[in-house]
Amino acid sequence: MSDFENLVEVKHLKEYFPINTGMFKTTPLKAVDDVSFAIRKGETLGLVGESGCGKTTVGRTLLHLYKPTDGEIWFNGKQIVTKQDIIDYRKKSAMVFQDPYSSLNPRMTVSDIIAEPLDVHKLYSSKAERQEKVLELMARVGLNSEHASRYAHEFSGGQRQRIGIARALAMGPEFIVCDEPVSALDVSIQAQVINMFDELQEEMGLTYLFIAHDLLVVRHISDRIAVMYLGKMVEMADAHEIYDHPLHPYTKCLMSAVPLPDPKKARENKRIVLSGDIPSPLHAPSGCPFRTRCPYATDACAESMPEFKEVAPGHFAACHNLDKCN
Amino acid sequence: MALLEVKDLHTSFFTPAGEVKAVNGVSFNLERGKVLGIVGESGSGKSVTAYSIMQILEKTGKIVSGSVKFDGQELVGIGEEGMKKIRGNKISIIFQDPMTSLNPTYTIGHQLMEAIMLHTPRNKQQAWDRAVEMLRLVNVNEPEKRMKQYPFEFSGGMRQRVMIAMALACEPDILIADEPTTALDVTIQAQILELMQQLQKELGMAIIMITHDLGVVAQMCDEVIVMYAGSICEQGSADEIFYNPKHEYTKGLMRSIPTVDSDGSRLHPITGTPIDLLNMPKGCPFAPRCDAAMKICMRERCQRMQINEWHQAACWMNVKEAFENGELEEAES
Repeated sequence: MSDFENLVEVKHLKEYFPINTGMFKTTPLKAVDDVSFAIRKGETLGLVGESGCGKTTVGRTLLHLYKPTDGEIWFNGKQIVTKQDIIDYRKKSAMVFQDPYSSLNPRMTVSDIIAEPLDVHKLYSSKAERQEKVLELMARVGLNSEHASRYAHEFSGGQRQRIGIARALAMGPEFIVCDEPVSALDVSIQAQVINMFDELQEEMGLTYLFIAHDLLVVRHISDRIAVMYLGKMVEMADAHEIYDHPLHPYTKCLMSAVPLPDPKKARENKRIVLSGDIPSPLHAPSGCPFRTRCPYATDACAESMPEFKEVAPGHFAACHNLDKCN
Repeated sequence: MALLEVKDLHTSFFTPAGEVKAVNGVSFNLERGKVLGIVGESGSGKSVTAYSIMQILEKTGKIVSGSVKFDGQELVGIGEEGMKKIRGNKISIIFQDPMTSLNPTYTIGHQLMEAIMLHTPRNKQQAWDRAVEMLRLVNVNEPEKRMKQYPFEFSGGMRQRVMIAMALACEPDILIADEPTTALDVTIQAQILELMQQLQKELGMAIIMITHDLGVVAQMCDEVIVMYAGSICEQGSADEIFYNPKHEYTKGLMRSIPTVDSDGSRLHPITGTPIDLLNMPKGCPFAPRCDAAMKICMRERCQRMQINEWHQAACWMNVKEAFENGELEEAES
């Protein structure tokens, strides 16, 4: 991986939430458990998995919105440790949230919402400069500048998401975590927003961590894709590779479960239907977390978590029985 | 005779801001044992169409005109007592959100038995047996134990199974599924779709599948209706709709979704935003967003036209094409 410059790197990231399980007892909920990966400069890394697998937590911990329980976060070759590091890091990173309704303050005007990061980091010298920046950002995401003094409720879902994106762009970040940014939008609006992410990346050289559960959208936008299951990363590879040749049994099931918008392919598609539900992360199975639903599980899977290792160039997977299931 | 005939259905909501024509002249037939998909964006009237068939509209909503015939029997205007005999027994519905459509204060068993005893002359013991049987049918493990549990003890996929069990307990002829898998994860969605397909084959019921996910439609449906702003813009067999779309809106939808082969290239979104139902334009409702819109599209709404045996569409472009191909001749006047 030395040919690529890594912008963001995480090593052995852990995020445990204490859950009260008795009057004086807490049990750690291992939302993210020992995850390591790197995001290259200028690429889009897609992060997929089912609800509760920890993908949102990874995104938030990555930006230090949650304090990591353990592990290292590196940005631009520098580890983020002190408070000043975090402040500097936050000027270079931003987040776009899933729900364009609850992520915008209903009492603030659009220009105040977009300028809030500028206010926080004091990135302007005069009111006129602030207003100028806001209008520039609004134009950039395709919003009408006359709407700057309106409130969020006056906009449709797609437009609200544009406001959220303008806010994320306000400080001129290098890295944006997009947490399910299009899943609340209608199909025809979704495509508009996806294209905008593509264009912004080309123009501004942005790096994205794109979290989503719609696998076709993720495949479309991502250069590489990482798959998570129950707090662990199970597979990571180029977007093509992971769709055409998934190695991990969970990825295989996930890919085959995608309903294809094409009747002939849908009829031919041999779905691998998993039995059962995703276990509670509070009572995660020992060893490999997927073993309770895995058709290939052996005794070894219960004993130890398989190592997340490079099995082909650029293709990482964590499974004891890769030979057996391929 | 078709099992369900919907003819020129108009449903409006009367709000302080004015009349919202949520369903505006919808007609279709559903044959026994078929799966019909209704697709459209939010606000296109797909759910309201279903609620109108079941007559479970909110207080402000009203069927203004049109007819809904089940097995030859007219349902519009038969009143609440008449509808009670239809709902559950003949036509059942499952909703999008399995989290809110079960009552959190009663056990699953209680809620299943209530539905069964309301619609069939079974006593408590028979209803219990039937409920257990239904839970087993939808692959709920340990049904006897699960009967005594409350909804919060069930996962999302399990709750949707319970909803399906409840809907099917009285062997309806039609199951209306309103976005049944939208709230679920992909692998759970695959389980539920598989289950619905299998039950449909076993029990021979017809399904109306309401969804915005074209993937779900491609997988499940024999026939597809595409709705926009309260009316049907295109209807046909699944293959016709996907491989030979004849309405500009459907074409736009197909272009705007990422497919397996579409990587790298830009998507082609439909420009603009969905229409405001309070201020409907005179012509085609899609015309303001349509790239191919012509003058006539703004002036006049196109009627549904037969494209071929399996396919109807309401788009002036087809008239234009037919005219250019010499299949139509200009009327002499």
